[in-house]
Amino acid sequence: MKSKFKVKGLDCANCAAELERAIQKLEGVVSANISFMTERMELEHDETKKEEIIQKVKKVIKKEEPDVTIEEV
Amino acid sequence: MKKKGIKIIIAFILFLLALVINFNNEWINNVIYIIAYIIVGFEIVKKAVRNITRGKVFDENFLMTIATLGAFGIGEFPEAVAVMLFYQVGELFQSYAVDKSRKSISNLMDIRPDFANVERNGKVEKVDPDDVKIGEIIVVKPGEKIPLDGKVIEGRTSLDTKALTGESLPREVIEGEDVLSGCINLNGVIKVKVTKEYGESTVSKILDLVENASSKKSKSENFITKFAQYYTPIVVIIAVILAIIPPLVIEGAVFSDWIYRALSFLVVSCPCALVISIPLSFFGGIGGASKMGILVKGSNYLEALSNTETIVFDKTGTLTEGVFEVQKIKAKDISEEELLKIAAYAENYSNHPISISLKNAYNKDINEDEIKKSEEIAGMGIVARIGEQDVLVGNEKLMKEKGIQFEKSSDVGTILYVAIENKYVGYILISDKIKKDSKKAILELKKNHIKQTVMLTGDKKDVGENVAKELGLDKAYTELLPDGKVEKVESLLKEKSQKGKLAFVGDGINDAPVLALADIGIAMGGLGSDAAIEAADVVLMTDEPSKIVNAIQLSKKTMRIVKENIIFAISVKVAILILSALGIATMWAAVFADVGVSVIAIINALRVLRVKNSI
Repeated sequence: MKSKFKVKGLDCANCAAELERAIQKLEGVVSANISFMTERMELEHDETKKEEIIQKVKKVIKKEEPDVTIEEV
Repeated sequence: MKKKGIKIIIAFILFLLALVINFNNEWINNVIYIIAYIIVGFEIVKKAVRNITRGKVFDENFLMTIATLGAFGIGEFPEAVAVMLFYQVGELFQSYAVDKSRKSISNLMDIRPDFANVERNGKVEKVDPDDVKIGEIIVVKPGEKIPLDGKVIEGRTSLDTKALTGESLPREVIEGEDVLSGCINLNGVIKVKVTKEYGESTVSKILDLVENASSKKSKSENFITKFAQYYTPIVVIIAVILAIIPPLVIEGAVFSDWIYRALSFLVVSCPCALVISIPLSFFGGIGGASKMGILVKGSNYLEALSNTETIVFDKTGTLTEGVFEVQKIKAKDISEEELLKIAAYAENYSNHPISISLKNAYNKDINEDEIKKSEEIAGMGIVARIGEQDVLVGNEKLMKEKGIQFEKSSDVGTILYVAIENKYVGYILISDKIKKDSKKAILELKKNHIKQTVMLTGDKKDVGENVAKELGLDKAYTELLPDGKVEKVESLLKEKSQKGKLAFVGDGINDAPVLALADIGIAMGGLGSDAAIEAADVVLMTDEPSKIVNAIQLSKKTMRIVKENIIFAISVKVAILILSALGIATMWAAVFADVGVSVIAIINALRVLRVKNSI
């Protein structure tokens, strides 16, 4: 299933790309797509473990880009 | 952003002061440099420290910090400040450009209605559009946006549909007609019965589509982020090698010289300018397209459009209006008016599009008492008794069956022969009208190097081929069933070159499988057709085929800018790297090259936003 998020506090396009790569590596994430221009993230993930995966994603964001916050839309 | 600008200005003044005035004591100059550096670079150093504790060695903040602190280390104070200063100028410019293009797109999409005036218990209440239910009556005053899709039940007005369609002519609506959310009511007060909830209304669908547009990345974007992923580490490693090896190997080489060259490398190692200019161009392209009423669902589709080689059109509703109209009345021995009247009376009880077009053309009240008998013979036509006369209205088969002597017409379309009391009195030609701009669209597509234009239709051979010939299409396949269309598109996909793309254009009804199969599915007249918005990659908000030409031209312009930026940025960076390694380019040149490249690439990217709304 796909979930969409608003991504705030992205500094630069390269940071967005790096963050995208890091999130893609997470278990349970099928694909992640962050658009720096629209400040959106589309996350395709395992349906059953949505909350768990979002927590993991948040953890990765905290590690990679501490200024970034996400909010589901 | 403003705060950052002020910091840059103060630091720049201090920097100039130290650069121009000689304070007799070198230390005074150096202290001013350090103050300027702290003002402009503290933020970066702070981030660098934070990131390095997380092991992010190739972070740009960290690279800039090393480059500048290194410059201080070898006594190049002005360079240190300049690097940081111009790096920040570049960053500021970047965020300005990003902000500007985000804003110009959100202005473009300023169609979100803030409220709805809904009639409840005899009073008009102002509520959130989200709270209005299907079947409720809303009042829309002049100047207001229509908040939800619905049907006009009272009043008439003209609507500004520009935000949705790019069309500047207002559209007139009267009672009984459908209106779409996002249009602006220009002059009259109308009452609208809501037919869709806000979330399902056109305006939310479009906003959602545009907001998520760049979620699908183009190959160029992926290339550049991939490039950046390797570029930075490689340049940094070469910088380290450059600082250490030559002084040890080359006789007479001095460490500080080579460290200086290595630091220049670090300055050029930042990939961000390159990475930002590409999505910025695509974003601008998608924005420019929506300004023209063309919604592109992702950068990848905009990129693919520029490689379009074959365009396959559906006929009815795409190249033609999809509405049957009486084109010609050829009467024999009676008046044209009389012929049309007889036919309209005979076909009165049928709901077939043909009979509807007859009644539309006749456009007078039909006195049903005069229709004594009306009987449909499947596949042939109608046998009727109108007034005191026996009437036959139908095709060739009917005339032959009844043994009527008639003159066979060579016109293309649906021909209704009419006989009164078994005597032939003329025929009526009914056909689907070709859209006004279809011919121009095909011609312009040819000019824009589209190799092949193909038409697919379920319609009869002579009708289809006639349309294809008139429009100048290369090929036409007629009498196709829906799965026949799929087969044809499959074989056309095999015929085209590896790089070339095939676009299918349909009106979204029954075309979903082909829209999905084609490299680029283009849906026409997206307004009102949910299926089209869902299935297509590109949605043309108006019914005009000429918009495809606009879309292709815009995609080519975007791709040209993207390529210019990639080639320009990479070649300047590589040139500076070589020149600094050889000791020819100074750190100054490196800074200017780096920031200059970002600024130029961004300005170039912003060019896409400027589009002309015509072909």
